[in-house]
Amino acid sequence: MGYSGFKVFWEGLRGNTGWKPVWRDPAPKPHYDVIIIGGGGHGLTTAYYLAKNHGITNVAVLERGYLGGGNVGRNTTIVRANYLLPGNSEFYSHSLKLWEGMEQELNYNTMMSQRGVLNLAHSDGQMDAFARRGNQMLIQGDDAELLDADGVRAHAPFLNFKSQRFPIRGGLLHRRGGTARHDAVAWGYARGADRMGVDLIQNCEVTGFRIENGKVRGVETSRGYIGAGKVGMAVAGRTGQVAAMAGLRLPIESHVLQAFVSEGLKPIIPGVVTFGMGHFYISQSDKGGLVFGGDLDFYNSYAARGNLPMLEHVMEAGMAMVPMIGNARMLRGWGGIMDMSMDGSPIIDRTPIDGLFLNGGWCYGGFKATPGSGWCFAHLLATGEYHKAATRFRLNRFETGHVLDEEGTGARPNKH
Amino acid sequence: MRIECPQCGARDVREFTYLGAAVLADRPDADATTEAWQDYVHLRDNPAGPHDELWHHAMGCSAWLRVRRNTLTHEILTVTMAQEDRT
Ligand SMILES: Cc1cc2nc3c(=O)[nH]c(=O)nc-3n(C[C@H](O)[C@H](O)[C@H](O)COP(=O)(O)OP(=O)(O)OC[C@H]3O[C@@H](n4cnc5c(N)ncnc54)[C@H](O)[C@@H]3O)c2cc1C
Ligand SMILES: [Zn+2]
Repeated sequence: MGYSGFKVFWEGLRGNTGWKPVWRDPAPKPHYDVIIIGGGGHGLTTAYYLAKNHGITNVAVLERGYLGGGNVGRNTTIVRANYLLPGNSEFYSHSLKLWEGMEQELNYNTMMSQRGVLNLAHSDGQMDAFARRGNQMLIQGDDAELLDADGVRAHAPFLNFKSQRFPIRGGLLHRRGGTARHDAVAWGYARGADRMGVDLIQNCEVTGFRIENGKVRGVETSRGYIGAGKVGMAVAGRTGQVAAMAGLRLPIESHVLQAFVSEGLKPIIPGVVTFGMGHFYISQSDKGGLVFGGDLDFYNSYAARGNLPMLEHVMEAGMAMVPMIGNARMLRGWGGIMDMSMDGSPIIDRTPIDGLFLNGGWCYGGFKATPGSGWCFAHLLATGEYHKAATRFRLNRFETGHVLDEEGTGARPNKH
Repeated sequence: MRIECPQCGARDVREFTYLGAAVLADRPDADATTEAWQDYVHLRDNPAGPHDELWHHAMGCSAWLRVRRNTLTHEILTVTMAQEDRT
């Protein structure tokens, strides 16, 4: 079933009785060419591009809950390509281009809204750092504009320009950045993968690996043993736990990140505004809710909820930089578990076990990576070669010293 | 979360700073192998359940504490002085 404006209109006339389930609910087969563990954004895009780019369709995505019930449905939906380091820069650039073609590619409205990402600067040093970052973005072929205080005022007049502690000196504006509808991204790729023959198997938890002579043969699941030629892990916050079942110890810790949303309001926030010095960022959803968040709670956690101190901190930082939000009522807050790597950058690589591949360590920023991650992970699974946009996300970079520490904070996962 | 500091009693988590897994207290010798250092600096068990970790009572008595905490529930299980624990 293709989607179109006409279809929506027609179904409206028929009382919406013609819509059908968008993907099948297949029973697991005894064996697949490739099994992807995790039906979040990255697992679904990987399956989609395995089928689409490489013609590998005997593929299953095993999800322990329901599709899109993990972080892909819990994040604050910011999409951007404003990285500094070679390794990250080309990857997020590639991913942003895929975002720009996604709705046509999937015939699915993922509500990609490129209304810009503005990072605020409060000192000369920060302006210099942003100039450098902006130049790197331009060299990468993406867009960046360094704004002075008046430029920021024109873009976001509601900010606190009188702050003594954090006077607004300017900002870095990345106009092609923005937000997208997170659930729709999962559903769109799920539908696309299913249509090409991928089995999306929900309520199917992987509980162990069958490994013989250093090679993976398949996975034990809550729905029985399933054999596989290759297995790819894409389980986000659970990366450490799932890898441990294969005997791997990783440079990853799991941490909780909170986010908050207000009641629905008329459009007021253009795109995304980040106040990095105060650990605060804000955007507005298409429903009108102000969506905002800050830093991790800083301690290891697998509880999909945070604690009060960080909630208060985010509210205080928000009030300091965007005082008008004090008039809105906060409706909800929630937490999601992030696989924080030791250098703050992801891993897309093979593992020491033959046939077992790893996609993880996405930290704060895995939503914007969703299409690029699937594209590059599928490439590695299918061809055995690193995709040119993802050559540095190696598992051994920590030993060899080739870390990608974008923030320059060292091996402290809670600091990235 | 409240942490029961052995010196100060139960205090709000806001008074403490988190460092990381307690293995950080077991620094290898300077001439240890690269593997031992890689293990110490980068690799973690990352358990979903009881986890030994180091907290600094920065806004209190300034002691380093070794805290066993359940990462699934945030329940604090035991707290000892990090230093005593090492000897
Ligand atoms: C509050 C919050 C805000 C965020 N904001 C942003 C943002 O603005 N921009 C951005 O780019 N990123 C953001 N992120 C990060 C982003 O959401 C994640 O990095 C990304 O979603 C992770 O990839 P995923 O979608 O595949 O994860 P998930 O959706 O979590 O998928 C992993 C799946 O694996 C499944 N799984 C786990 N264990 C097993 C098992 N044993 N067997 C089978 N299945 C299993 C899980 O059930 C889950 O569905 C945010 C995250 C949070 C929590
Ligand atoms: Zn104390």
